[in-house]
Amino acid sequence: MNDSVELLVNGLPVSVPTGATVATAVAVAGVSRFRKSVFGQPRSPVCGMGVCMECRVTINGKMQSRSCQTICEPGMEVCTDA
Amino acid sequence: MRDESFTFDIVITGAGPAGIAAACAAAESGQHVALLDATPWLGGQVWRAEQLHPSEPNAQKWLAKLYGTRVTVMDQTNVIAFPKEKVLLAEHPSGPREIHWSKLILATGARELFLPFPGWTLPGVVGPAGLHVMAKHGWPVAGKQIVVAGTGPLLLVASAGIKKYGAEFLMIAEQAPRDKVTPFFRHVMRQPACAAKIPEIKQMLSSVSHRCGVWPVRADGQDRVERVTLTDGTQNWTLACDMLACSFHLVPNVELAMALGCELDAGFVQVDQRLQTSIPDVFCAGEPTGIGGSDCALVDGQVAGYCASDQVSKADACMEERASWQRFRHDMAATFTLRDEIKHLATDDTLLCRCEDVSLGRVRQHGSWRSAKLETRCGMGACQGRICGAASHVLFDQGMESVRPPLMPARVGALANAAVTD
Repeated sequence: MNDSVELLVNGLPVSVPTGATVATAVAVAGVSRFRKSVFGQPRSPVCGMGVCMECRVTINGKMQSRSCQTICEPGMEVCTDA
Repeated sequence: MRDESFTFDIVITGAGPAGIAAACAAAESGQHVALLDATPWLGGQVWRAEQLHPSEPNAQKWLAKLYGTRVTVMDQTNVIAFPKEKVLLAEHPSGPREIHWSKLILATGARELFLPFPGWTLPGVVGPAGLHVMAKHGWPVAGKQIVVAGTGPLLLVASAGIKKYGAEFLMIAEQAPRDKVTPFFRHVMRQPACAAKIPEIKQMLSSVSHRCGVWPVRADGQDRVERVTLTDGTQNWTLACDMLACSFHLVPNVELAMALGCELDAGFVQVDQRLQTSIPDVFCAGEPTGIGGSDCALVDGQVAGYCASDQVSKADACMEERASWQRFRHDMAATFTLRDEIKHLATDDTLLCRCEDVSLGRVRQHGSWRSAKLETRCGMGACQGRICGAASHVLFDQGMESVRPPLMPARVGALANAAVTD
């Protein structure tokens, strides 16, 4: 098993340790806005445990995916609500 | 999607300490036991990432015990409904799962209590336990300047954990007064089960400012938190920071219990001596019956696991230990009560519902949670009232009164299958 996983965040390549969550990958990519609220506010993870729903991003085309509950896989394509 | 059907004697929802202990105990009977968890991990919140990076001896011991049993472990299995008696419907990446049970043990743990204050929705404002879990999964905290605030033992335990990843703490601000907090921790330090954590907390406190009777007033910043203002009621401090880790202790995850119709008592699941709820053959262990921490949850889990599998004499052997943890539960609740100022930090403009962007002012105009929900959509968004509902209970003494399936966001296919099932 490799020590790191390579994936794309908003089209940019990111490398994270094996076992890291997609939320980590977004943070490592330097993106602080995971999603845009109803009135356009920037939001990012709060609870870290899949309850607050602020960490939602699009993963491999699947929207509204909770990034803090998803383990990074090689080649994943993650898009935040820019 | 394929849909699958399973049958077990005993099903346990939640693979944290309580669930793992319940599974191990129930498995001693030789009956078929299933342990479900919504996440891809075992250990719940408090033992998160122990499979990746072992660090807690107790977690390692119980995980090893679990692996030595014949318990069926189902991760990424998210309970979304109870379509029929003794049947639950869960979502799994491979498709919906219909799971039949004779006895059910709810071990759904707790979540942090978030209360609104100006700036609480800014990126970088997180829960302390949440940040600890995030750091375990690689969230960059090394060199970050963090203010910790709120209430409860979590502030110290989580901070000590996060510090190992290189975070710098500017202040840990506990809202409870020192004359309550100090005796509690002195008492805690005498419990052997808590002793393991104490040295690392003491070491952290030797270099981090820990204040009592101090609470957050506001967080400010452009697109993320850049500074936090705290007060002791007399003077204010504004600290420039990268993150604010703030929560006000824990609230029990009682959604599955509510969906089943279990009676609650002051927001917790009501259980008898055998940890059976008001619904026959449904048991509950750990935090949903009272916030007590992981060691308390382990005892609860064993009692529930033994009782659900008709090994009552083994359960009786745990009763004295359970009684001692009940006292700890009461002490903790009494120490970290919220001061009145905490309930008045938010202004009318502060958002209460984060999912639907509903301000506190709009919600306050309504006489009841139900009316506010119907008119403003507060509590109807993605989190289904888990965050704003818990806050509302503190601010207004009313909040989520009922839950509806799907209990968590689910794919249409999973629900369609449920409708077709006979």
